[in-house]
Amino acid sequence: MQDTSQMETKQQDEKMDPAVEGGLERLTQEKIVKGINQVLHEESGARLKAYVQTCMRCGLCSDACSYFLSNDKNPRFSPAAKVKQTIWEMLEKKGNVSKDFLRRAVRIAHLECNVCRRCSMYCPFGIDIAYMMLLVRRICHKLEITPQYIQDTVNSHSATLNQMWVKEDEWIDTLQWQEEDGRDEFENLRIPLDKRGADIMYSVIAPEPKFQAGLIYQAAVMMHAAGVNWTMPSRPGWDNSNMAMYTGDNEISGRITRTFYEAAADLNVKRIVMGECGHAFRSIYDVGNRWVSWAMPPFEVVHAIAFYHELLTSGRLTIKEKFTEKVTLHDPCNVSRGRGLHDLAREVVKMTCSDFVEMTPNREHNYCCGAGGGVINCGPPYKTERMVNNRVKAEQLKATGAKVLIAPCHNCHSGLEDIIHHYKLDMDVKFLGDIIFETMDKKVYVPGE
Amino acid sequence: MNAFIDFIMGPMVWISFIIFIGGLGVRAAGFFREIKQKESYIFSYMTLYHSLRSIGAWLVTFFPVSTRQKPFFYGISYLFHLLLFAVPIFLSGHVILVQEAFNISWPVFNDHIADTLTVLVIASLIFFWGRRMVVPDVKFLTSPTDFVLIAVVLLPFLTGFLAYHQFFAYRLVMIVHILCGELMLIMIPFSRFSHMMFAPFTRAYTGSEFGNVRHARDW
Repeated sequence: MQDTSQMETKQQDEKMDPAVEGGLERLTQEKIVKGINQVLHEESGARLKAYVQTCMRCGLCSDACSYFLSNDKNPRFSPAAKVKQTIWEMLEKKGNVSKDFLRRAVRIAHLECNVCRRCSMYCPFGIDIAYMMLLVRRICHKLEITPQYIQDTVNSHSATLNQMWVKEDEWIDTLQWQEEDGRDEFENLRIPLDKRGADIMYSVIAPEPKFQAGLIYQAAVMMHAAGVNWTMPSRPGWDNSNMAMYTGDNEISGRITRTFYEAAADLNVKRIVMGECGHAFRSIYDVGNRWVSWAMPPFEVVHAIAFYHELLTSGRLTIKEKFTEKVTLHDPCNVSRGRGLHDLAREVVKMTCSDFVEMTPNREHNYCCGAGGGVINCGPPYKTERMVNNRVKAEQLKATGAKVLIAPCHNCHSGLEDIIHHYKLDMDVKFLGDIIFETMDKKVYVPGE
Repeated sequence: MNAFIDFIMGPMVWISFIIFIGGLGVRAAGFFREIKQKESYIFSYMTLYHSLRSIGAWLVTFFPVSTRQKPFFYGISYLFHLLLFAVPIFLSGHVILVQEAFNISWPVFNDHIADTLTVLVIASLIFFWGRRMVVPDVKFLTSPTDFVLIAVVLLPFLTGFLAYHQFFAYRLVMIVHILCGELMLIMIPFSRFSHMMFAPFTRAYTGSEFGNVRHARDW
C-alpha cells in the first residue's frame, strides 16, 4: 500500500480550477446574497428547516462517512460538519458570505461528499445530509461557480442531450459498427434502431459509444443469444446519464429525463432496460422524473442487474462455464442504497462465479467508491485528493484478497480502477456484464427456438 | 412569598405545559402547512408501514448499525432519554401533587430507586457535557447553545435531587427546582428540544424514501 501519510487532502483554502476562480471573481456581494437566499428560502422549505433545527450535533454520522474515516477522523469531514461549514453558516449570515467561504463551500459540496447517503442511515433522525449538499451545489450552480470539468459535462448535456458531446451521426455510426462486428461472429445479430413496439428499449450512458463501444457489443450479443425483442433510439434521449443532477442544474436535469422518457414513449416500448450505471438509474428513478412531475417513472425501468437475473433465471441465457477466479462484489450506492438490488446482484454473481467472497461492510452499508456523486466528474485537478479520500475503500478492497472486483456501475468502475492503480492493489475491475459475457453460452439465436 | 409559591405551583404549571404542548402543536401545524404548500411530494412517498418500520427499527436498542459503532455513547443516550420521561412521571413527589390537584394517580417508583435513577440522569448529562468538550468531531459541531441546553435539562434533575434530600435551604432549592422544570418545558418548542416532535417525521420520511421508493433498509 502506497504510503500516503505525507499526502494530505488539500487545504480548503487552496485555489480551485479556472471555472470556480473565474466565477468567484465575477460575483458581486449582491448576487451572492440573492442567490443563496433564493435557494435556501424560496426553493427550500420546512424540510430544510427540520433538518437544520433537529440535528442534535451528536456525531453519530461521523463514522458513516468514508471521507471522515479516510482522513484519520478529521472532524471537518463528518457529515454534520459539512453541513455546519456550508448551510448553517449561510443561514446564520443570511447569505452574506465571503468569496473565500464560497470557495470552501464548492470544495466541500463537490469534492468532499459523494451524496452517497450512507450518513442518513447512521443518523438517528434520518437527516438527509446529501440533500443539503445538493442544495449547496444548487447554490454554486446559481452563482456560476461549479467546477470546470463537471460544468463542461453539463454543457454537453445541454447542447447534445448526452454527456460526451456525441454527435447524432456518431451515435448511429457506433451502433452500426458494433452491429457489423457482431454479425461477423453471430449470424442475424441486429442492433435494431427505432423499432416501434419492441419489448425493451435498451439505454446506455454516453461514455459507452464514446470509448467503451465493446460494452454495446456485449449487450447486443446477450440480447441476441437470449432472443430479446429490443431496440435503441437513434435520436437524442438514448443517453440516460445526467450530470446536471449533480451540479444542481435541475432544469437541464429535468429536460434530460423528459427527453429520455419521451424517446421510450415514441418507440412505444413495454419496458426500459438500463446498462450498468448507478447515477443514471438514480436520475430516471427518483430525481429527474420528479422535477418533471412524475412521482415514479412512467415506464417500468429495469437495471441491468435485474435484467441479467431475469435472463439467467428464466433460462433465456445460460452459463457455459463458471468464472473461477476469486471475485468480490462492490455494491454501488445508487443501486444498493438507491434501489435495493444488492441481493439480486449476489444471486447473479453466484450463478456465474464459483469463488465469491464478500467485502465488509456490504449491501446498504458498503462504502462509496469515492468517484460517484459527480466527484470524479470534477476532473483531473482533484484526482490526487480523491485518492487520499478513498483510503478506507482501498483498505476494504485489499482485505477481501480477491483477484477480480465486480463493479456494476460505470462511475464506480472508473473510481475503483483509480484506487487500485494508486494503492497498487492486485485486482482487476469488471462489469457484471463482462463476467456474464465471458461465461455465457454465446449461441446464435434462431427464431422459433 | 406564599403567593409567589402558589403561583409557580399553580397557574405557572398550567402556563408551562400549555406553552410546551401548545408550542409544539403550533410548530407542527406550521411545519405541515409549509410542507403541503411547497414540498407536498413528501406525502406522495410516505407510507405508514415504512414510517413505522423505520421508527421501530431505531427504537430497538442497538439494532441500527451506527448505534453499535458508538455503543457507550448510544447506550447512555438511550437510557438517558428513557429516564428523562420515566423519572418525572413516576416520581412519588410529583404524583402526590397530581393526586391533590386532579384526584388521579398512578404507580410510582420506590423513592430509593427514583433517587438512583436521578443520579444516572445527572451522570449521563455530565457525560454529554464532557463528550462535547473532548471528542474531536463532536467538539467541532458544538456551540455554546449545546452547553446551555444540557444545563437546562441538568438543573431540574440536580435541584430535584438536592431538594428531595433536603441537604440545605430546602424551600429555596425547591423553588429553584420548580422554576427550572418550568423553564425546561417552556424552552422545548423554541429550541432543539423540539426534536422530540420533528425526529419521528424526519425518520419516517427517510424510512419511506429508503423503504418505499428505493427498497432498501435505512438502519
